[in-house]
Amino acid sequence: MANLETNFAGIKSPNPFWLASAPPTNTGYQIMNAFRAGWGGAVWKTLGTPIVNVSSRYSAVSYKNNKLMGLNNIELITDRSLEVNLKEIKEVKEKFPKNALIISMMFETKEEWHDCIIRCEDLGVDGFELNYGCPHGMCERGMGSAVGQNPEVCERITSWVTEKATKPVIVKLTPNVTDISKPALAAQRGGANAVSLINTINSVTGINLTTMEPNPTVAGQSSHGGYCGPAVKPIALNMLAELTNNPNFKLPISGIGGIETWQDATEFFLMGATSVQVCTAVMHYGFRIVTDLISGVSNYLDLNNMKHVTDLKGIAAKKLRKWEELDLNYKVIAHIDPEKCISCQLCYIACEDGAHQSIALLPDSRIPIIKEDTCVGCNLCSLVCPVESCISMVEVKTKKKKLVWANHPANPAHI
Amino acid sequence: MPDNSWLPIPKENIIKERFAKTKPIMTPSEAVVESSRCIFCHDAPCINACPTSIDIPMFIRQIMTKNTTGAAKTIFTQNILGKSCGQVCPTSVLCEGACVYHDLNEKPIDIGRLQAYATESAIDKNIRFFEKGKSTGKKVAIIGAGPAGIACAHELTVLGHEVTIFEANKKPGGLNTYGVAPYKFSNEDASKELKYISEIGFKIKTNSPVKEVKKLEKEFDAIFIGTGLGSSRKINIPGENLKGVFGATEFIHNLRAKELKVSVGKNVIVIGGGNTAIDAAVESSLLGANVTIIYRRSEKEQSAYNFEVEHAKKHNVKFMYLTSPVEILGKGNITGVKCIRNKLKKSEIIPQKGSEFVVSCDMLIKASGQKKMVEFFNSISKIKLGNGKIIVNKDFQTTNPKYFAGGDCINGGKEVVNAVANGRDAAHGIDKFLIKNKRK
Repeated sequence: MANLETNFAGIKSPNPFWLASAPPTNTGYQIMNAFRAGWGGAVWKTLGTPIVNVSSRYSAVSYKNNKLMGLNNIELITDRSLEVNLKEIKEVKEKFPKNALIISMMFETKEEWHDCIIRCEDLGVDGFELNYGCPHGMCERGMGSAVGQNPEVCERITSWVTEKATKPVIVKLTPNVTDISKPALAAQRGGANAVSLINTINSVTGINLTTMEPNPTVAGQSSHGGYCGPAVKPIALNMLAELTNNPNFKLPISGIGGIETWQDATEFFLMGATSVQVCTAVMHYGFRIVTDLISGVSNYLDLNNMKHVTDLKGIAAKKLRKWEELDLNYKVIAHIDPEKCISCQLCYIACEDGAHQSIALLPDSRIPIIKEDTCVGCNLCSLVCPVESCISMVEVKTKKKKLVWANHPANPAHI
Repeated sequence: MPDNSWLPIPKENIIKERFAKTKPIMTPSEAVVESSRCIFCHDAPCINACPTSIDIPMFIRQIMTKNTTGAAKTIFTQNILGKSCGQVCPTSVLCEGACVYHDLNEKPIDIGRLQAYATESAIDKNIRFFEKGKSTGKKVAIIGAGPAGIACAHELTVLGHEVTIFEANKKPGGLNTYGVAPYKFSNEDASKELKYISEIGFKIKTNSPVKEVKKLEKEFDAIFIGTGLGSSRKINIPGENLKGVFGATEFIHNLRAKELKVSVGKNVIVIGGGNTAIDAAVESSLLGANVTIIYRRSEKEQSAYNFEVEHAKKHNVKFMYLTSPVEILGKGNITGVKCIRNKLKKSEIIPQKGSEFVVSCDMLIKASGQKKMVEFFNSISKIKLGNGKIIVNKDFQTTNPKYFAGGDCINGGKEVVNAVANGRDAAHGIDKFLIKNKRK
């Protein structure tokens, strides 16, 4: 069986699956249950100056009958006292010394940061995560994403922490920026040992059509929240790849954003993550999902003759290039397997109304036919087909060499 | 009736329990879950399989988006009896039988129950989608308030014609009221649906059998015949007049008319292999009888749908195939039936001499088809029949141009949904006839 043991910027854990700083890591009770279930590590729900939370706090996006495609929250950091949290941190670390326990923090002044770091390190915690990400509530007070969105502030506050901390420091980045490399490089300059991404995305999940109030509602009003869950995974993967592929960025990355299954986790590793953090999936299904994360990734590694989970690191990121580097002579066209086709004709209408009018219907058959001379190989038909591997995209072999835009005759700049 | 061979009428709560809906109305969450499964096929096979061509993927999508009112309108636009059809249609051989999910070995979408869900919601809230059209001054008589007649009346009313339905029975509805299995569609369902539909403004005269058409011809500009079929066919063997021998149509009619409060024999024999035989058998079984269906051919030739046969088996109905009754036994009251075994040589039935045997029973139900109302049809001048069925053209016009017809009287006995389609389309034929294509 493949080895899942992880060393993330010096933080060791039995596997790379951590709970993200969020409601599932609110208490020692929860985290101990999570460790018993098999989670390798946990990032404690953000400690900070006292706050009060609203009721209600969460709202979600369903797709057809699937709940929690996306989840949105307007909950703030921990609403329990620092003393209670520290007492429980001590207990967890004593009972589960081998699991990674990382403390998320968010403070205003240098003194507050330092005080918390000292008190946590005394308890034997494994590292810190700086919450520069929360896009709601705390940012109005100059914290959370207000820090993550301003590289200078990000660097300064990071340096306050790193000058004091002896344990590894992770900076958690907000995706609510136009260029993720700016705050990431600022964190690196500030002395951070790693980053984690993504925190939640600014969002309004929807409006209650009975009351015409946005969700979630607090006494008839709402506030924008932070979006997470399966819906945000593509955004997270892209930002992860941007950092992995940035030659100036050298720190390990803990991937966050919509991870629910072992496949999701594997994709994050392939895009360059060293550990991954999960929240929404646990809020939906509980800690038990880690069983499949562990066995799924292990089996995948075995299948690919890989010994260690780090063998996956960044393989796919290398294949994510600028558009202009893509081969314009490469061509695929769709192929429908008539044996598998259930004749729903969704491919036909998708191509006809939504793409390139390259699928035809014949008078005496319900099975659509690809018009190979006009098919551009866009994939749409294969994406809407409800049958596994019924429509495949088949490469059209040509003897042409790779041709990129820079060298293409249609490029006005090409000489 | 001999006392100990007949069963007491079950108590009301027991009847209610035993005759509970086999396909109950969905809850809103069931409807959302089920509708979410539909993949919204292009040119969907289910639409083509529906005799009334309801845009099924569209109404299912509307249920999914909780636009139940829109869903009901989509259904009623094609089929004003969409509620009863949702509940009584043999969906597994129509829309659901055509669902592409079969090719994936997945359970097809539960279209019938989704349809019943959306339509019931609109009927309960009395959300109305159609109104009486601008008056054309034309009057149409409809003979028979069954599904064909009701569908025709509704469509004609929308088109602006003045409609009067003449119904022989005490209540309108035809088979929906007096024929279909009550665990599919109850008396209450039937009267609710009829009230909803007829509120558009057509007249239904009940207890008004049409014996003489001359008067109607004078008063009305066109006449639609939707009389369905007649009484149960005789089986032409000795003993048919003994007490305890019933025709299936009459047995079921009585059962529905008495709101299921009828007594049946302890041991019931049903003769026949069609869906009506199954209904009569299951209903007898639910009333407490031991029931055996006797059918002259084998299981393969049986015209009842497989799912109906399975349903009967679930209710402990026994089947005796390749068997024909030769004599009904008894003195005054039936005591049994003498039968003979058959062999099949291709489709020819060859009774096996010397194989006769007697099955005792307290009641016998003949379900070997219904008579056609030939006598009545022949009383109308110039109407041509083929095999006892009224011959119509594509506009559902008979050979007497003033008369149109649809439903069981033209097709020999099909589903409610076929009758609805005929009635609706005949209304357009009548409209064309009455206003000579002047409508734009």
